[in-house]
Amino acid sequence: MEKQKKTQHTNLMICAGTGCVSCGSFGVRDALIEEIEKQDLSDDVLVATTGCNGFCAAGPLLVSYPDGVFYQKLQVEDVPFFVEEYLLKGRVVKKHLFVRPEDKEAIPAINDIGFFSNQLLVTLRNRGLVDPEIIDDYIARDGYMAAEKALNEMTSEDIIREVTAAGIRGRGGGGFPTGLKWKFCADASGDQKYILCNADEGDPGAFMDRSILEADPHAVLEGMIIGAKAIGAHQGYIYVRAEYPLAIERLETAIAQAEEYGLLGDDILGSGFDLKIELYHGAGAFVCGEETALMLSIQGQRGMPRPRPPFPAHKGLWDLPTVLNNVETWANIPQIIFRGSEWFNSLGTEKSTGTKVFALTGCVNNIGLIEVPMGVSLRSIVYDVGGGIPGKRRKLKAVQVGGPSGGCIPESLIDTPVDFESIVKTGAIVGSGGMVVMDDTSCMVDVAKFFLEFTVEESCGKCTPCREGTQQMLHILDRITLGKGRPEDIDTLLKLSAMIKSASLCGLGQTAPNPVETTIKYFRAEYEAHIFEKRCPAKKCKALLKFEVVPELCKKCGLCFKACPSNAITWVKKTVAVIDVDKCTQCMNCYAVCKFDSII
Amino acid sequence: MAKLKIEDLRRIKESKKGTLNLREGVYRAKVTVHMGTCGIAAGARTIMNTLMTAIGENKTDDVILTSSGCAGLCSQEPMMTVEVKDLSPVKYVYLDEEKTKKIFREHVIGGKPVAEYALSMGSETTY
Repeated sequence: MEKQKKTQHTNLMICAGTGCVSCGSFGVRDALIEEIEKQDLSDDVLVATTGCNGFCAAGPLLVSYPDGVFYQKLQVEDVPFFVEEYLLKGRVVKKHLFVRPEDKEAIPAINDIGFFSNQLLVTLRNRGLVDPEIIDDYIARDGYMAAEKALNEMTSEDIIREVTAAGIRGRGGGGFPTGLKWKFCADASGDQKYILCNADEGDPGAFMDRSILEADPHAVLEGMIIGAKAIGAHQGYIYVRAEYPLAIERLETAIAQAEEYGLLGDDILGSGFDLKIELYHGAGAFVCGEETALMLSIQGQRGMPRPRPPFPAHKGLWDLPTVLNNVETWANIPQIIFRGSEWFNSLGTEKSTGTKVFALTGCVNNIGLIEVPMGVSLRSIVYDVGGGIPGKRRKLKAVQVGGPSGGCIPESLIDTPVDFESIVKTGAIVGSGGMVVMDDTSCMVDVAKFFLEFTVEESCGKCTPCREGTQQMLHILDRITLGKGRPEDIDTLLKLSAMIKSASLCGLGQTAPNPVETTIKYFRAEYEAHIFEKRCPAKKCKALLKFEVVPELCKKCGLCFKACPSNAITWVKKTVAVIDVDKCTQCMNCYAVCKFDSII
Repeated sequence: MAKLKIEDLRRIKESKKGTLNLREGVYRAKVTVHMGTCGIAAGARTIMNTLMTAIGENKTDDVILTSSGCAGLCSQEPMMTVEVKDLSPVKYVYLDEEKTKKIFREHVIGGKPVAEYALSMGSETTY
């Protein structure tokens, strides 16, 4: 007879979000389990996998409870030493602790690390605490209690009233009030209605929805159950892109577990309410994130937007009333019902309630997934959560918010609060939550070109302003970065932007010029330098680079001479280096190695 | 598996409470068994097992159990430190199974330190 099953007193939570999995976290998990068995510690230590912890750049990650010690960059070969030191001898393993960049101090406790302590988790409340593949873990954190409340104690009107009072606005980019959307659909006539989840996250550099699905799939399902009851739908679809295999796998597991427990299917929790949820795999077209295109895609047609009205709340999937919300919105719903709209209202600002998840990336020390209350300043996100800009000589230049539909917010507006209204005022949008921090080595024309290349590629081609207009804008940007810009180019870009914004059929086209417009608005001088002086101030546009040495600053050290791969630099001891422009291949090596900024 | 009702949700939640409390850092008492080489040699493993069994038998879900390194008093091992919320931490020395059970019953659960097995109240100042 096996001895009585004890609750293990130490839990090692290994991050198994896509980021850490690709750094090898499954291998580390298996090695840990093996080593723990070898040391006869299986009764003491539980190894669990969790969804994305957020600190993606330092994976594979492990958090140990109850001590709350955060370990990073753990590899399979580190495991035997780790188990011996930490689990057998009870000593914190310094090698894998987070080191604060400013003073090189190693910080063991997860709650002392600025990246974590400056966040407020609502949508991601279960990340790192539950195993997304174990439904009981979710239930233990009050999971499905909100669904129970909504199904057995609340009417459709009650639910809509609560969600409206919470003031939550769509987290997918549009920012439309969720309660209002539900009300339109609930009021629409017809017995057959649909509830959809938009998991077709496509902004470059954004991975909020993927992480939520991977970390807490049941929260999305529970949100959809509540929404289904509110509008009276009995069939739901989650439109998830096929490029998210781990999210799909966890969703499939979650749906199967929920069905087994009777939390999906017929007569959920004895309430008499039925709901079936199916997955639909998207093939990765960016435009299918647009609601009408998404619905056509589920119907088996080519994903292209159609003019609205009629709005999906009246004529959506198969021309029947439909509510579509984004993953993050759905994940918020159970909390609103369980804890009440008043609690939700207490978070964020008056017009933008709650929290928002952002994918923080670019030139920032702590790269990863973060959740902060609406209304915190960009500065706080970049410096308190993000840990500032790496490199002593680098300065913050701009933050790109909202992906290809968003814009660049310059350093001078870094104190802008991050909420729907304030961000729109700058010309960007909150969007789905991509946030790219850029330092002074980023060329704004080049950045605008990057995002526009993306929209040109992804434009579905149905309406002319988007299909042709963005193409023309890209031609002009190309020309500018090649040093062939014309004096009228900035005006032409702005004229085209205005036209595309007003005449495009869907959100893709209506927002596509935002990156160009905001960079012109805040960095016009940089465009002008490209066009009139044929110069790229950030030294990014290769065709415009001509390096020379400033004799007064040159310390005659010869580093540039040694770094040059094409023998374009002449230097002998105690003389100023000289660059032969004809031989120079603009590789930037000399520029990067010069310690005295004497190469310009 | 039969379909769940609200009672079942509550039951599942209860059964997982111990594990989740530990992850969320919600606890009333924390017991640290000193498991350096000296502690293990003196029998800290038995002390740890005794505590785990006691926690299991009592269905205690608000006590967390953790191990740490040598406390510096190798000659008096096995040792453990008991920290009950709002009380000073107490270090116990020369432990065995029986003493551990008594300390668990009276101090960890009952909130009354067992003076006869205690070394001292309080912990060293740490930086």
